[in-house]
Amino acid sequence: MKSTRRATTVTVAVASLLVLCASSIPSAAAKSGSTNAASAVTISVASLIPGSTQAAIDQFNAQVGEFVKANPKIHVKSVEYQWTGPTFAAKLAAGTLPTVFTVPFTDARTLGDNGQLADLTKEVKALPYFKKFNPAVLAEGTSSHSKIVALPTAAYAQALHYNRSLFSQAGLDPNKPPTTWAQLEADAKQIAQKTGKAGYVQMAKDDNTAGWILTTQVYALGGRMETGSGTKAIATLNNPQTVTALNILKKMRWTDNSMGNNFDYGWSDINQAFAAGTVGMYISGSDVYTNLVSASNIDPNIYGLATIPLAKSKKAGVLGGGTLAAVKPTANAAERAAAVKWINFFYEQPLISKAQAIRNAQTLVDGKQPVGVPALPIFNKAQYDLANSWIKPYTNVPQAQMKPFTTGIFNQKLIPEPAASTQSVYHSLDAVVEAVLTDKNANIQQMLAQANSTAQDLISRGT
Amino acid sequence: MTDLARAAVPHSRPHRRSRRTPITWVRGGGLTTLIFLLPMLLLFGAFSWYPIARTVIMSLQHTNLVQPATWVGLDNFRTVLHDPLLPKAVENTAEFAGLALIFGYPIPLIAAVLMSEVRRFRGIYSALAYLPVVIPPVVAVLLWKTFYDANSTGVFNTILGWIHLGPYPWLQSQRTALPSLVLESTWANAGGTVIIYLAALTGVRRELYEAASVDGASLWRKVWHITLPQLRGVLLVTMILQIIGTAQVFLEPYLFTSGGPANSTLTVLLLIYNYAFGNSLGGDYGSATALSLMLAAFLAVFSLLYLRATRSWSTS
Repeated sequence: MKSTRRATTVTVAVASLLVLCASSIPSAAAKSGSTNAASAVTISVASLIPGSTQAAIDQFNAQVGEFVKANPKIHVKSVEYQWTGPTFAAKLAAGTLPTVFTVPFTDARTLGDNGQLADLTKEVKALPYFKKFNPAVLAEGTSSHSKIVALPTAAYAQALHYNRSLFSQAGLDPNKPPTTWAQLEADAKQIAQKTGKAGYVQMAKDDNTAGWILTTQVYALGGRMETGSGTKAIATLNNPQTVTALNILKKMRWTDNSMGNNFDYGWSDINQAFAAGTVGMYISGSDVYTNLVSASNIDPNIYGLATIPLAKSKKAGVLGGGTLAAVKPTANAAERAAAVKWINFFYEQPLISKAQAIRNAQTLVDGKQPVGVPALPIFNKAQYDLANSWIKPYTNVPQAQMKPFTTGIFNQKLIPEPAASTQSVYHSLDAVVEAVLTDKNANIQQMLAQANSTAQDLISRGT
Repeated sequence: MTDLARAAVPHSRPHRRSRRTPITWVRGGGLTTLIFLLPMLLLFGAFSWYPIARTVIMSLQHTNLVQPATWVGLDNFRTVLHDPLLPKAVENTAEFAGLALIFGYPIPLIAAVLMSEVRRFRGIYSALAYLPVVIPPVVAVLLWKTFYDANSTGVFNTILGWIHLGPYPWLQSQRTALPSLVLESTWANAGGTVIIYLAALTGVRRELYEAASVDGASLWRKVWHITLPQLRGVLLVTMILQIIGTAQVFLEPYLFTSGGPANSTLTVLLLIYNYAFGNSLGGDYGSATALSLMLAAFLAVFSLLYLRATRSWSTS
């Protein structure tokens, strides 16, 4: 018996070692990438978010077909993709992201510094329009070592989305959205009382969105969440403007009762609720109309877009953000080159080439997808105006209903997201927003002090 | 000791075993046994032991799983122990386990005893009890989310509305969120335990009940004096399994509330998940694995103490 046990133990040990060795030997196939002798290369690209309509999928596939026709040696495999903090981190760690994917402005620089994105400097500098990029926007995708790790594809400002139909039903003028927070509170109350629907709702989920929107409000009131940069940054989450913003929420939730019954909205479900007509107003990126159409089938007639009310303070501004296209760090040279070609074709050409802009707009119109969604320039302003003039005949979004935003946004000061440990700052604030919306007696000062301490610790650790 | 007695106690002759050589081991079928075992050993090695070894190593490192890892000693354990969210997560997990024990433990037992008493349609009752276990957990949670909808149109709020109660913010109140998760969890998991109890009840000898009936015992006295003592071995095992299971609760808080509102449903496992994946920059895998090991060590010690404390009660 003893011998049997000993032999089994030895065998187990040998087997374990074999498994360990086998696991640690990198696969030759993985190292060689997906190229072959004929120099054909296969890349996977982020396509649409899960749940997109068939029309949107067909439109995307048509664009892939067009790209492959122009680049016969590049095989493109499209992968459904939606950036969310937790899923992105998991896919990044597991190496299962597509070759080309998108990341928010928030993360690109730090990801680049951490070696988690491929260095695209050589390929990007070879693009003929490289010098036309807005330097401030390109900087969002440039690491601290001056390596370009991501290319800007879209920029937005936070905006107030409102339901014109509910405004009318509540006796409000849908052409006059609120321009002050006091007016926003009053309008929300009136909508709730007259229609029984939520007058104003806010993302309040523990997935960093609650902190993101609260930061937007704080910026609008003239506050900031941190000063300085990097691990030396100082967290200022418990500033007076944050307290004011939370008190506004508290009043709307508990006194005015104008925020409905759901207090756990995330990015997707708040869009769905808005498209379903159950929400009077909410804050999100100015470009969210695309999602409202492609994933939630919104009735364009109900849609209204306005700038976020800013306080009368020199520091008050609107939080800006955007999206960058990046390439996974394990991509080889051929894959990187193919990936930048795709980024150029799919994301940049519609903004830089008249022919491609028109072709892209035509495809979008054919697929019943929105053209002309308000965005901010990622190239210089002249290029932005020029690109908009090319697609003007194809514009199918309700532009008149977006006028309160498009006429006002260029007068607002655009402020980037907190630079240090952005997601951690947002995450620290999530619980505070949730507490204010679910506990009438939540101690705002105490919770903010705790959140500030947590955020400061995370900033100092660079996470 | 007589020869007969020696033959009856073969283990009392260790000097004979020591003479065994690899050849005798092979001849005795040891090699065949090993060959049959090998696939399972490899599978266990690859999918159980290797991840455990990696977890121990990673708990001593700082890594984003893309760049090379750096050794940080016990820093990850210190970070976890100083996290202000850890006491909250432990408190919530203990509360979940406690509530699940109070509500989730006796319900399957009562259901099993009642079902064993019925003479007709027992199979149908068993199938109905087991049905929630068959429903995929994610689907079950999505289903219960409609039940818990905070609007007056939610299923529970509609039913309560008929008697002029509510609407209640089931998952969106710090007071009711955790008990709401326990309720769904009990519904989802009770079926499996009911089947175990039903199987154990078939092992209780009928003569005991018949003798008790002759003595004029009521149903309650039969349950108290016959059923429960006869089931105590199974009861002790299901209790420890339930405690270990609820200490690792993740699915319900993750899918229902993401730990909210205001961390009121944050559990230890969800905290581990948040360390690893809560930050899109690539998580704090070191802290996640450190807390995982701490939880595993706690459960191992708890299980040992529990088994030792209850040894005298066990039928085995």
